[in-house]
Amino acid sequence: MIHALVNGSASGETLVLTAPISFWGGISPETGAIIEKRHPQFGARLRGKILMLPAAKGSSSGSSVLAEILRNGTGPIAIILGAQDAILATGSMVAQALYGVICPIVIVDHDQFESLITAQKLTISGDEIKVV
Amino acid sequence: MMFALTPEQQQTLDAKDGRSAALDFVSTYAKAVGATRLIPIASAHIDGCLYHGQVSLDFVKHFIALGAKVAVPTTLNVGSVDLIHPGLVRGEGINANGRELMQAHLALGCKPSFTCAPYQLADARPALGSHVAWGESNAICFANSVCGARTERYGDFIDLACAIAGFAPEYGLHITENRRAKWLLNVKPNKLDHAMTAIAVGHFKGRVGQGRIAGINGLSLFTTEDELKGLGAAAASTGAVGLFHAIGLTPEAPTFEAAFQGFEPEQVLVLDETGLLAELAMLSTVKSGARLSAVSLGTPHFSLAEFERLIPLLKGPKAKIPFTINTNRAALESLSERGLNKTLEDFGVTLVVDTCVYVTTILDDLSGAVMTNSGKMAYYAPANLGCEIAFGSLAECVASAQSGFVVRL
Repeated sequence: MIHALVNGSASGETLVLTAPISFWGGISPETGAIIEKRHPQFGARLRGKILMLPAAKGSSSGSSVLAEILRNGTGPIAIILGAQDAILATGSMVAQALYGVICPIVIVDHDQFESLITAQKLTISGDEIKVV
Repeated sequence: MMFALTPEQQQTLDAKDGRSAALDFVSTYAKAVGATRLIPIASAHIDGCLYHGQVSLDFVKHFIALGAKVAVPTTLNVGSVDLIHPGLVRGEGINANGRELMQAHLALGCKPSFTCAPYQLADARPALGSHVAWGESNAICFANSVCGARTERYGDFIDLACAIAGFAPEYGLHITENRRAKWLLNVKPNKLDHAMTAIAVGHFKGRVGQGRIAGINGLSLFTTEDELKGLGAAAASTGAVGLFHAIGLTPEAPTFEAAFQGFEPEQVLVLDETGLLAELAMLSTVKSGARLSAVSLGTPHFSLAEFERLIPLLKGPKAKIPFTINTNRAALESLSERGLNKTLEDFGVTLVVDTCVYVTTILDDLSGAVMTNSGKMAYYAPANLGCEIAFGSLAECVASAQSGFVVRL
């Protein structure tokens, strides 16, 4: 089951997170870098990447952080999520409405997520994901 | 079933004004969460007054530019500054943005409530069974559990969009069958006072319940609303909890069967006195006798009833360390009318309104620990304020303020 939570298209390199993250407190709203010290991908930058995230967690202020990094250009170009998440959907919708920045969010199931994590580069269009 | 608007909602959407922009936003959100329709709401509570970056301001200004106003009575959560007591909060850069954000919300027609406990305001308390769109974790938990109103856990942006649209997506906790308790927590008879039991239960429930709705059995029938407030706030801090049922106490749980809607609990856990004390112990990072920098009460905002319980305890020497209490404007007015603010000031209490000590820089010295009777404050303070924390009863907080060290009674 693939389902586009926020529609759009993107093509680029992936950044795979191996643990869930809270955007609020976990990602810097100024630099788009992972600042949660205990996170396995601590220090990685989201900028220009297709972010592959098993699940989001934590505060609803995560919407603000995603929208802010999409505004200032330090955010990802798309997000592939292993679980439904209204908080990130809201952040992406706000960036689109206010700044015209489109960050598609696609929900995939567990098997699909696993099958995509080895890909270096992906292309997303609506609810289609292709390995490049 | 596909998402659809009613003819009336479609008309609103076609108007191409501020309200239609909000309705469009809520509709997109509704589709994302799998709702099939939008339902009218009776009120909204907005958790957007904390400044997270330029986008926080841009979003509100976007709606102001479109001439939007909120369509339902809308209260505001705490902001980054105390507008009544300027100078109390330090740090001018963030303050200017924080102040502008608070004022921008007023331009949309929101009420200047600036409280995390809007349910304590007579005209903002949601009715049993009414649909509302509320943000702020403790307010959501109280509205659902203690008032029996129905709200999902709305967050930044979407709460304001619902307020302007006057509609919310029908999903999650708006739907009766999603409100049943899934697991049972049996609290054994114990010697703790009700307030301490409530905090311990809340901390445990959020920590182990993983967001699932609990039915709680064994709380004293004399547990007060403020104690349920503390329970919900602690639970919503340690877990993604939007609703709990206290059997015999909360309106949707007059009986076990009502709380579980006739189903059996999928899990039963027991909390005895040892377990309760263990939960409370997790809320302190320092031991009895540790040096304190401050005492802070009122997370969530202190109610008038809580002031009435506190004031008789303020006997003897005055506080040796800063003693802050966060509350709302209405409570401050009431205290002033009765001259009680003088009693508090004489003891050394600083009243903070519109904001909360745990999200702002009000405390100057954090070299010693901060003491509180709030499970929520105790949970968040070490990360938010970078300080050590001591959790204790109301009486222990007063005695500790007088001594400057953690006193256990």
